[in-house]
Amino acid sequence: MESHGTRANYIVGFVLAVVLTAIPFALVATQSLSRTQTVLVIAAAAVLQILVHLRFFLHMSLSRSARENLLAVAFTAVLIFLMVGGSIWVMLDLHLRMAL
Amino acid sequence: MSTRPGTMAAHGGGGSEAAELHEQRALGFWLYLMSDAIIFALLFMTYGIMAGNTDGGPTGKSLFDLSNAAYETALLLVSSMTFGFASLAARDGNRGAVLGWLVLTFVLGAGFVFLEVREFVGMIGAGAGPDRSGFLSAFFTLVGTHGVHVSTGLVWILIMMGQVTVKGLTLPVTSRLFRLGLFWHFLDIAWVGIFSVVYLPGLM
Repeated sequence: MESHGTRANYIVGFVLAVVLTAIPFALVATQSLSRTQTVLVIAAAAVLQILVHLRFFLHMSLSRSARENLLAVAFTAVLIFLMVGGSIWVMLDLHLRMAL
Repeated sequence: MSTRPGTMAAHGGGGSEAAELHEQRALGFWLYLMSDAIIFALLFMTYGIMAGNTDGGPTGKSLFDLSNAAYETALLLVSSMTFGFASLAARDGNRGAVLGWLVLTFVLGAGFVFLEVREFVGMIGAGAGPDRSGFLSAFFTLVGTHGVHVSTGLVWILIMMGQVTVKGLTLPVTSRLFRLGLFWHFLDIAWVGIFSVVYLPGLM
């Protein structure tokens, strides 16, 4: 729990997060790209910003238990993939059958 | 992760069972956060499926306000950094600085909750409450769950301000402060998902 990073760490993370927030907000405010392009940029900026938060704010390391933490994250990702992916699959299928 | 070797050295120096215990608690809290991540993921999924089901009622485009979402985002992001500074001050044993940063974090977080509640009250007043359509039920459940988490975090910040004042920066207090930090940063990540999935696509 001593791994808090450094002041510079938090500031770098903050600046990156501000940039990755400003880009999608500006795109939606100005409507300067097509719908599909805007959605893609929003998604990319969100994924990047989440990685920035994990790295610079959560540090993703709790010394000796760091490996257990990563294992927990990996297991959670599998669960989310199965539950979210499975549900969307079911609902899309249902939607298509309703349209028949 | 680059801080890991230094951390190991710090533990090697302390080597106490108390430090070990608090590390285990950190892992336990991490497991709780992962289960919370699953809750949010499923609420996001529900919202994604329901977003189009407006039942002829108001849509995100007419209800959401881009600048309000931007202010909320700014408040939460700055509060994440100020909490980081509180953690650093706790590591350095600077009690006054910890309290100062915690007060600032609390004010920013309270500002966020205020903006969210004002938005909810405005929407319900305009007949766009959670009972209006599937879209709005999913919206209030997802964003409201996040808001309840932030409010709980605010109460926890108050409790920690009291403990830092009364007990000082003892090992149990700094270890609780650290877990609160995990919680607070985690909520900011959930908010990145909310503005990217709810507000920005809704306003396109």
